[in-house]
Amino acid sequence: MVMRALDRKLLRDLRRIWAQALAIALVLGCGVMVLVLATGTERSLRLARQSFYDRMQFADVFASATRVPKGQLAEIAAIPGVAQAEARISMQVVLDLPGQTKPAQARLVSLPEAGAPVLNRPVLRTGRLPDPRATDEVALSESFAEANGLFPGSSFGAILNGQWRELRVTGLMLSPEFVYLIGPGSLMPDDSRYGVIWMGEVPAAAAAGLTGAFNDLSLTLTRGASRDRVIDALDRQLAPWGGTGAYGRDLQSSDQFLSGELDQLGAMAVILPPIFLIVSAFLVNMVMGRLIGLERPVIGLLKAMGFTGREIALHYLKLAAGIGLVGVLIGWGAGWWLGAELTALYTRFYRFPWLVYTPGTASFALSALMGLGAVVAGALRAVRGSARLAPAVAMQPPAPPRFRRGHIDALAVRLGLRQTTMMILRAITRWPGRALVTSLGVAASIAVLVACFFTYDAISSVIDAAFSRTNRQSVTLTLAENAPRSVIEDAAHLPGVLRAEGALAVPVRLSHGPRSERTLLEARSPEATLVQTLDAGGHAVPLPADGLALPESLATKLDLHAGESVTVTLLAPPRDSFEIPVTRVIRQDLGETASIPAAALAARMRMAEQVNRIDLLLDPDRLAEFDRAVKATPAIAGTLFWPDVQRQFDATLNENLTRSVSIYAVLGVLITVGVVYNAARIRLSERSYELASLRVLGFSRAEVGAVLVGELMLLTLLAIPPGLLGGYGFAALIAEGFSTDVVRIPLVIARRTYAVAALIATVSALVAALAVRRRLDRVGLATALKQRE
Amino acid sequence: MAQPAVFRVEGVTKTYVTGSVTVAALRGIDLILNEGELVVLLGASGSGKSTLLNILGALDSPTTGRVFFRDTELTGLDDAGLTAFRRAHVGFVFQFYNLVPSLTARENVALVTEIARNPMPPEEALDRVGLAARLDHFPAELSGGEQQRVAIARALAKRPEVLLCDEPTGALDSATGVTVLQAIWEANRDLGTVTALITHNAAIRQMAHRVIRLADGRVTAIEENASPQPPQGIEW
Ligand SMILES: Nc1ncnc2c1ncn2[C@@H]1O[C@H](COP(=O)(O)OP(=O)(O)O)[C@@H](O)[C@H]1O
Ligand SMILES: [Mg+2]
Repeated sequence: MVMRALDRKLLRDLRRIWAQALAIALVLGCGVMVLVLATGTERSLRLARQSFYDRMQFADVFASATRVPKGQLAEIAAIPGVAQAEARISMQVVLDLPGQTKPAQARLVSLPEAGAPVLNRPVLRTGRLPDPRATDEVALSESFAEANGLFPGSSFGAILNGQWRELRVTGLMLSPEFVYLIGPGSLMPDDSRYGVIWMGEVPAAAAAGLTGAFNDLSLTLTRGASRDRVIDALDRQLAPWGGTGAYGRDLQSSDQFLSGELDQLGAMAVILPPIFLIVSAFLVNMVMGRLIGLERPVIGLLKAMGFTGREIALHYLKLAAGIGLVGVLIGWGAGWWLGAELTALYTRFYRFPWLVYTPGTASFALSALMGLGAVVAGALRAVRGSARLAPAVAMQPPAPPRFRRGHIDALAVRLGLRQTTMMILRAITRWPGRALVTSLGVAASIAVLVACFFTYDAISSVIDAAFSRTNRQSVTLTLAENAPRSVIEDAAHLPGVLRAEGALAVPVRLSHGPRSERTLLEARSPEATLVQTLDAGGHAVPLPADGLALPESLATKLDLHAGESVTVTLLAPPRDSFEIPVTRVIRQDLGETASIPAAALAARMRMAEQVNRIDLLLDPDRLAEFDRAVKATPAIAGTLFWPDVQRQFDATLNENLTRSVSIYAVLGVLITVGVVYNAARIRLSERSYELASLRVLGFSRAEVGAVLVGELMLLTLLAIPPGLLGGYGFAALIAEGFSTDVVRIPLVIARRTYAVAALIATVSALVAALAVRRRLDRVGLATALKQRE
Repeated sequence: MAQPAVFRVEGVTKTYVTGSVTVAALRGIDLILNEGELVVLLGASGSGKSTLLNILGALDSPTTGRVFFRDTELTGLDDAGLTAFRRAHVGFVFQFYNLVPSLTARENVALVTEIARNPMPPEEALDRVGLAARLDHFPAELSGGEQQRVAIARALAKRPEVLLCDEPTGALDSATGVTVLQAIWEANRDLGTVTALITHNAAIRQMAHRVIRLADGRVTAIEENASPQPPQGIEW
């Protein structure tokens, strides 16, 4: 193919300014990368969820009750809007795994007599389904089995109906219900301590003491049915049987986490890329402005030859687009790769049978469009100027820039500043636009760095609040059913227990005006010290003597303020409703639980205080004894060891957070490098004559270099305050955008974060400026003086 | 002179206003350039030669007065019309060569031939100025005289009706200057290109059909030269 001479010029120009072009392309590439990464991964995750749910008939509505006679199922299936209804047995069981003293826990779910369920169908990964009648055969959730070295053929112990029983594994499964599996009361999935067990319905019912009945229900809806109306009807139907309130997918734990993750990816795609696109647009503007300034004679020449303004503008636009194209390709490559990595990482937390990285063409097309759009927008002003230049004017050298004596000069004279310092100040005041772009660019970089390190601060604060201040117990015991307060005494006598406190957790619906939310209400003694509530500032505060303490997120959803009344409807027996004032709005980062003093709840329920959860402080030296005792106590349906939760939390975050923080730190640094390097190159090309003259006059290399580097460092220092401020705003956007129903990101920024961000940007700026300064050494004095541009 | 006029300049003035300073570069020029003619514009620095040449080449427009190219009134054209005129009819040669530094000799010429209607191949144009051997050299690899000859080849490659040269030898020594002038002279002789050439070297006037003297923005004298000499015979 014959390439036009003008296009050949373009390629050679691009090659000549490659370092500057690359610096811009990298900044642009960052934006494109984040866009591809976020939207591509989001799409992959969404598709995986969609196909899993569709193929395996994930239910729309879930409900549990104490004991529902089987005959009720037909009536439930007849509720208008219900497409399919399936009943089963579900309960928490304590497991005794081979070679482990510490009890593990599982949710036991029954399989219908006929074999595989109709709804929430598990995918059999290896082995076979358990024989529906066999009392000792079970299938296991795959991740739990893997984490504990169990496989088809292995056996382990379980406490069923108060008896230790040996169970045999027949197969490993994945279920759309348990893509993200988290134990009751826990904060993170812990594959080694919590899993799912599938067992035939008959033996499961026998183990639960529910023969001829069921206690768990899943429904799908007909097209166009009102979910809320079905839930209401279902709640009425189940009320006599101890129903605890039906709920939709939005409150189904696994789907809730998945939706949160998808929302966060969506937020990432919206919050981060614009910064990079805007900075690259400004960089392109700066570089193209200078390039076109240098090319004035060529532009004049092209005009003299009869090239139209449009042709010339197109030529320079193509140059900018060339830079954009490189950036888009870099971003595509990096985005594709990181997206695949992130998707692979997800397979460790989200158990999909078919999670394939399928970023889709849309994310690539969109990112390319935005990337090229940014550079073209950046180039437009300079390019339009080139098209308008009159040919006769273009061929004359531009008039030397006019410097004027101003206030700064007067001040400088009064301060007795050196002439080289004056050169720096004049350069800034003479080209205020470029100085502004440089400073704002560095400020954007500082903002990205602040926001990036802020995630550390925020998560540390979440961990501190969750583990050091809210949950200070060693273990939480879940009881099989509500019990009188006297069991706290019994628990206190378990070996190694230093302190025991009880709590009652009941599902409730909170209503305020037209708004209502289903949540868990926890009743505990105001004197409790193991589990505490935190005020908005994160300080532990005792529960008020009466009234409700609501987490801020719930208060916002219900539009409630401290002092206002809320209607509480108990979703479990006695199923009463009562009005109660909200006495305090508290901070809760993980999960959403309302708290109430135990006496206040008991009074309103008109019954003696009860507990179904016991928090214990343990003597770490007597853990083994404690573990054995728990396995031998049938009333205990589950145990949650908080040090394990925290260890799991720390390990996961350390890995994930370190990874993403380092990536974003690199992105932040790239902005500074891109901006300062380009500003320095432009300065050098503009001032090589002036700087060479200084050398001729006898200034040393270091002194002359200081003029160049000094200006850039001054602009960098000026960028710090707006950068830190921008960082705060950016962090606020992230806290807002990344908070979901299951985790709230607090806007907490450590002073060290500000300092580190400013320091990193300053050092990057210095390195970039020094890299350009080295070129100054290479400029021959004679040539610099001759080639007056 | 029986030849028809190619350029007709009527009462042209040009005033530059920069800030508070007003400069009258041209103060009323009337002039005719004829078919096949080579004219030399002579005059002191600042006398308005470049301004006049730029107006003829439609790089600039006069403040008052009218300029005709054959039947077209250039002073009546808009920017697009002027661009089209330059593209179709005019070749320029400037004092400082004005080559695109990132393009080779051949590519600098191709730049023009790619947008011209009936161009000669770049190789032929370069051969005409004696540079057939330096096709793939970049401007930085060529001497000043060679660069200027590339500029001439570039101007001639589109077979322009008009060749406008603003001090083409201004930056060259005498021997190199002669080779450059020879190329211009031959183009005029062989292709009949109407040529206007600015110089302040009086010796060069021997190669022209007519010499137009400018001083202070006015034409002060027009001399006819019955027997133009090829530049090779000229010395300065
Ligand atoms: N773009 C311009 N702006 C202001 N003054 C100009 C401009 N171009 C030329 N002049 C002035 O017009 C006069 C004629 O200039 P010019 O035509 O370049 O003279 P010559 O080419 O004969 O040396 C000079 O005084 C010059 O300073
Ligand atoms: Mg001149």
